[in-house]
Amino acid sequence: MSGAPATGRLSGPDRARGSGWRLERVSNPSTVAQIVVPIASIVAALVLGGLIIFGAGENPLTVYREMATGAFGSQYQLSETIVKMTPLLLTGLGVAVAFRMQLWNIGAEGQFYLGAIFVTGVALFGLPGALLAAGPWAVIPVLVLAGMLGGALWAAIPGVLRGYLGVNETITSLMLNYVAILLSEWLVHGPWKNPVGYGFPGTEFFPAAPFLPTWGTTRVHLGLFFGLIAGLVLFVVLRRTRWGYEITVTGGSERVARYAGMATARNIVIVMLVSGALAGLAGMAEITGIGHSLQRGLSPGYGYTAIIVAWLGRLNPFGIIVVAFLLAGLLVGGEQLQLSLGLSSAIAPMLQGTILFFLLGGDLLTRYRIVRRAATPEPFA
Amino acid sequence: MSEVLTVGFLTSVLAAAIASGAAILYAAIGETFAERSGVLNLGVEGMMLIGALSGFAVCSWTGSAPVGAAGAIVAGALMAGIHALLTVSFRANQVVSGLALTIFGQGLTAYLGASLVGQPAPDKFSRLAIPVLSEIPWIGTILFRQDILAYLAYAVVPLSWWFMFRTRQGLNLRAVGENPATADAMGLNVAALRYRYVMLGGAFAGLGGAVISLATNPGWSENMTAGRGWIAVALVIFGTWNPARVAIGALLFGAVEAGQFRLQGINVPVSSFFLSMLPYLFTIVVLVIATQRSRRLRIGQPAALGRPYVREER
Repeated sequence: MSGAPATGRLSGPDRARGSGWRLERVSNPSTVAQIVVPIASIVAALVLGGLIIFGAGENPLTVYREMATGAFGSQYQLSETIVKMTPLLLTGLGVAVAFRMQLWNIGAEGQFYLGAIFVTGVALFGLPGALLAAGPWAVIPVLVLAGMLGGALWAAIPGVLRGYLGVNETITSLMLNYVAILLSEWLVHGPWKNPVGYGFPGTEFFPAAPFLPTWGTTRVHLGLFFGLIAGLVLFVVLRRTRWGYEITVTGGSERVARYAGMATARNIVIVMLVSGALAGLAGMAEITGIGHSLQRGLSPGYGYTAIIVAWLGRLNPFGIIVVAFLLAGLLVGGEQLQLSLGLSSAIAPMLQGTILFFLLGGDLLTRYRIVRRAATPEPFA
Repeated sequence: MSEVLTVGFLTSVLAAAIASGAAILYAAIGETFAERSGVLNLGVEGMMLIGALSGFAVCSWTGSAPVGAAGAIVAGALMAGIHALLTVSFRANQVVSGLALTIFGQGLTAYLGASLVGQPAPDKFSRLAIPVLSEIPWIGTILFRQDILAYLAYAVVPLSWWFMFRTRQGLNLRAVGENPATADAMGLNVAALRYRYVMLGGAFAGLGGAVISLATNPGWSENMTAGRGWIAVALVIFGTWNPARVAIGALLFGAVEAGQFRLQGINVPVSSFFLSMLPYLFTIVVLVIATQRSRRLRIGQPAALGRPYVREER
């Protein structure tokens, strides 16, 4: 393109108005497309990922077979996938609530950490002996609240800044992830360091009462139940309440919502609080269900994978349940690769990114219909 | 603590500010081009990582840092091409596509770069003192004892500004980002221009990554950009989509980063974990201030930022 106006275009026929294929917007995406496109994008991503794996000198079929057996091959492996599904489900739901309102909260990772930090503080230093003696069913509700509070407060920072001052929430929520992780590192290296931890950075183990009950001999814990309940509650709230309607409208257009008399700033803050509380609950479940102490590297990036979970699940709570399970399988399968073939487990996040690319590309087919049109005369000729 | 207040400390911090600010500067200038054309690209972090890894890998194969930097530029532009394809041609959500780019870049570089972690660099951009100028007290040490990539940045900032605000091409770029329908009616090819500037942005981000892996921290480690790509996105807002102001922001960040490292080095009585938080907290503060200022002065983002352009759906 030169700087001068392209006069050639003015005389030539406009391709969009000529005969041939064109795209026409569909007002209501069909349910079939909503299900087929995500599945097709997973398949396409596996094919492209296979090419990258092949390019890196491995056999993609061996790699995928190993990942599939690693994730779903036996009862134990399936249970490990469900263990990983739990934080993905809760953080994914949290991200989805915000995304529905076009609030790009990408701080689930930090909110997860803050939930875990609050829970650790309460579990180690804040539980009166009487409560501990009363057993897990007395302690767990307290810790659930602590975790949700931690995540919610952390998410409130970008929420208030966005709602009342108009500050871009994407960047602030992301920056706070780094701050949260550094805060947890400071705690486990400094004031909360286990005095008998042999120099390994981490806190003391919690007393037994704050452990979440597990299923049989597996590590599947009550957190899964929290996630499923949260999904159900969200589904009802989003579909059936006035507030759910308001956040959908605000997501469509903030201006429309404001003209309709909805308190957009307040809704933004509330949505961020809910979103952060869910991520904080994920941190709570992870730490009371699995680790039983605050350790370095508590999350392998659940808060980021949550973004993919939410989008792939079409921001629909039930979709998110299914996708959280599949992506957990991808993570567990990736770890299995590291154990059995000595390959980098980073295959999993690479594939996640690729899936999202194909999904975004494929979305064109859910929002638009390809129609064939005969040539029409130039309307303005 | 008295060590902080010496002239030597300040000049060394400012010199390091330019060196480490250059990485963020390139990325932020690139993002400015992309956003001016109406395309928000939150994949800067991913493109910088791809640039850092490709730069280091190409340098390892060829033994030449400049060839490595060229590789980083190409890799960054190609990554941005994916974003352009998805957002311009497939009309995908720009926020999510950018996030996908970052997640993909982090995963891909962690996977492909695993074997390069900890390997020594065969070549890097070393500091070159410019004769005469580098002898000027203080200023010489700060400005003229840098590596080539930093010197190049001195030229890139005014050139970008001049291009954007003083040339026909720059006017077209801004037209496409402010009012694509009018630009289209003027005979500009909106899609082609957006592709071009999104990919230019990626090229700059790739170069920014190469600054890290070939100049300031020669080598490769997983996630070595540590959020600088995100800081670059914040700086574009801080700089109100103007390369000159973006450059000031990048310098400020370079100074915070360099100062933070220097403070860790001289054992100030603050935990290093808190010092490491400074750049991220500073970003938030700066963003709040910048948002208030642009609201007051009514300098907004490019009007069509974030919206796909479809001729029939104006």
